[in-house]
Amino acid sequence: MLKTFPTGGVHPPENKITAGIPIEYMSVPESVVIPVSQHIGSPANPVVNKGDSVKVGQLIAAGKGFISANIHSSVSGKVNKIDISADGAGFRQNAVFIDVVGDEWIDTIDRSKNIVRDIRLSPEEIVKRCFDAGIVGLGGATFPSHVKLTVPSGKKCEVLIINGVECEPYLTSDHRLMLEKGEEILIGVTILMKALKVERAMIGIENNKPDAISHITSLASTFKGITVHALKVKYPQGAEKQLIKSLTGREVPSGRLPLDVGAVVHNVGTSFAVYEAVQKNKPLFERVVTVTGKHLSKPGNYMVRIGTPLSKLIEVAGGIPEDTGKIINGGPMMGKAVSNIDVPVVKGMSGAIIVPLEESVRDEIKPCIRCAKCVSACPLNLEPYLLMALSEKSLFERAEKERITDCMECGSCSFTCPANRPLLDYIRLGKSAVIKMARERNLK
Amino acid sequence: MSSTVLITIISLSLLAFLSAVILYFIAQKFKVFEDPRIDEVQALLPAANCGGCGFAGCRNMAEAIVKADNFEGLYCPVGGAPVMAEAARILGKVAPVIDPTVAVLKCNGSPEYRPRTSHYNGASDCRISNSLYIGDTDCSYGCLGNGDCEKSCAFDALHMDPLTGLPVIIDDKCVSCGACVKACPRHLIELRKKAKKDRKIYVACSNCDKGGPARRACKVACIACNKCFKVCEFNAITIENNLAYIDASKCTFCRKCVTECPTNSIIEFNFPPRKPKVEAQVEVANG
Repeated sequence: MLKTFPTGGVHPPENKITAGIPIEYMSVPESVVIPVSQHIGSPANPVVNKGDSVKVGQLIAAGKGFISANIHSSVSGKVNKIDISADGAGFRQNAVFIDVVGDEWIDTIDRSKNIVRDIRLSPEEIVKRCFDAGIVGLGGATFPSHVKLTVPSGKKCEVLIINGVECEPYLTSDHRLMLEKGEEILIGVTILMKALKVERAMIGIENNKPDAISHITSLASTFKGITVHALKVKYPQGAEKQLIKSLTGREVPSGRLPLDVGAVVHNVGTSFAVYEAVQKNKPLFERVVTVTGKHLSKPGNYMVRIGTPLSKLIEVAGGIPEDTGKIINGGPMMGKAVSNIDVPVVKGMSGAIIVPLEESVRDEIKPCIRCAKCVSACPLNLEPYLLMALSEKSLFERAEKERITDCMECGSCSFTCPANRPLLDYIRLGKSAVIKMARERNLK
Repeated sequence: MSSTVLITIISLSLLAFLSAVILYFIAQKFKVFEDPRIDEVQALLPAANCGGCGFAGCRNMAEAIVKADNFEGLYCPVGGAPVMAEAARILGKVAPVIDPTVAVLKCNGSPEYRPRTSHYNGASDCRISNSLYIGDTDCSYGCLGNGDCEKSCAFDALHMDPLTGLPVIIDDKCVSCGACVKACPRHLIELRKKAKKDRKIYVACSNCDKGGPARRACKVACIACNKCFKVCEFNAITIENNLAYIDASKCTFCRKCVTECPTNSIIEFNFPPRKPKVEAQVEVANG
């Protein structure tokens, strides 16, 4: 029997339209907007000025503090301005605007096609290289990778877990990456193992990607300590805690980190980025984005330079169909609708889904019928209907006792609710209020 | 027969007397002294239990008033000065004079001025739409229109206008309890000093963006052009974070800033219609 996590979970329709379409390198746009905050942690500090000439891969904003990440130019050209731009939600953020001239890369990047298997750097150098190259978790959370590779004293990492689950419907960027860059990913995994000083790595892939499983399994036989595991298809298996439970049977306790059970989780996309950073000296300035939608004429997986406007990307994919209701940044379960289509592609953008109007409108909200479907669907054993009611009435102290901060916002509760109640909307609200409350209490 | 009745009456009377004596001693033993003035003060308060004073309810407020040495920080916005003066008379203290205030909305972005750029379809709750995104317009400071303020108002003084999508405050009903001020996640409602004949002049905008983006998002946005600041003779206007603010305690209601404002973001209420400009006289003078 295939492994999976025991509690909760849902089966949304997969709709992996682009699974069979190879990654296409998108041409360099005329101009890019590169936000200085594309990761969790403090925003990076711009180190270029207006009018400066930059090359592809050049550092344009330096990470500030430990939990932060460097930002590199994805194009060559002239810095037009450093100004505010709108992010996906429409809020203002600082960004570097660059007008593209040619495509000149910095000399240190190894642009040859040959695969380098031999790892020369020491563990400390690998962590430093990850920081220098601005590597962040590419699964969507964008947590700086060098932080996850630094094991605090007193804790020990026993197993590295590689997330190739891609449990979100529609998205296929990791799937394609595993098929096309399998060897690079496995070298990346070996690099991560060296940095974490572990002997064992487990790659989890859901069973709806049999081609990727067989491809990675056959490649992994030539690598020491890496095993590939097929997992039962269930959302949200790609969540850190759920994946650890599925693969190792260990449960990360409430409020603790994966390292507390001796595991560190990285995404396959991150492994590929680590390979490129360590072996090819290439900073993170491009990523695979799945552009898909039921009525899109040319959906596909595109290798896109960071900072490319989303509108350009959609244009390449055949333009916006007339009946479009909304465009989602990320997967349909956890992604958010963008407020305008000129937002730049950022490190955390794994997909853009063009949703037709009839599917983008929410159904009428009806009263809760106490069926407890949300309770069964919650992978974290929470009671979503209760958390929603508490958040709605601003009873945040009680919500804290009901472990609202454990919620990872997977949306299984809202997905399964037969009364279309906005469960996650309210839980998210309560969660942020509780976190704020706890922070204020700690300050006192 | 008669003896049975007699015995019953006597025994029950004795029992009742005994119980009364026991109850009397228990009541004496466990007596809790409560200042009778608390009840008196509570009777004065409006019994709205709105929380506008900062206490959980009117009873708690009454206890605090009686216990306090002076009235500093104690004010019932609903009852206002007369209630506080009466409470002070009972307690033999002096109530400070606090000007009555009224809620105003610092946003005037109806669809006519502030075009809708997206359509919000989620839960009807300002707190949620505020945490999710900028809102259905390009202004990240303005009213979201989901009516959290309307839901918070216990006095029926605030209603959402379906045409403008903005809340409308009924001055006569507003008791300035501050519930809407707390409910608005974008902090758009301010309690301003009441003036004669309910006259009001204020900057109906909260946009802290620079002039260009602010104006592009909304036609009646404050663009921080400094014109009102220059024209004001009473130093009532300050400009901070690209936003003008009129100090109600200094404003003399001369209405010069209203005329001067190029985007009409300063608005006036309850004034008599302006006199038409006397152009004929100018012509005569020129002629």
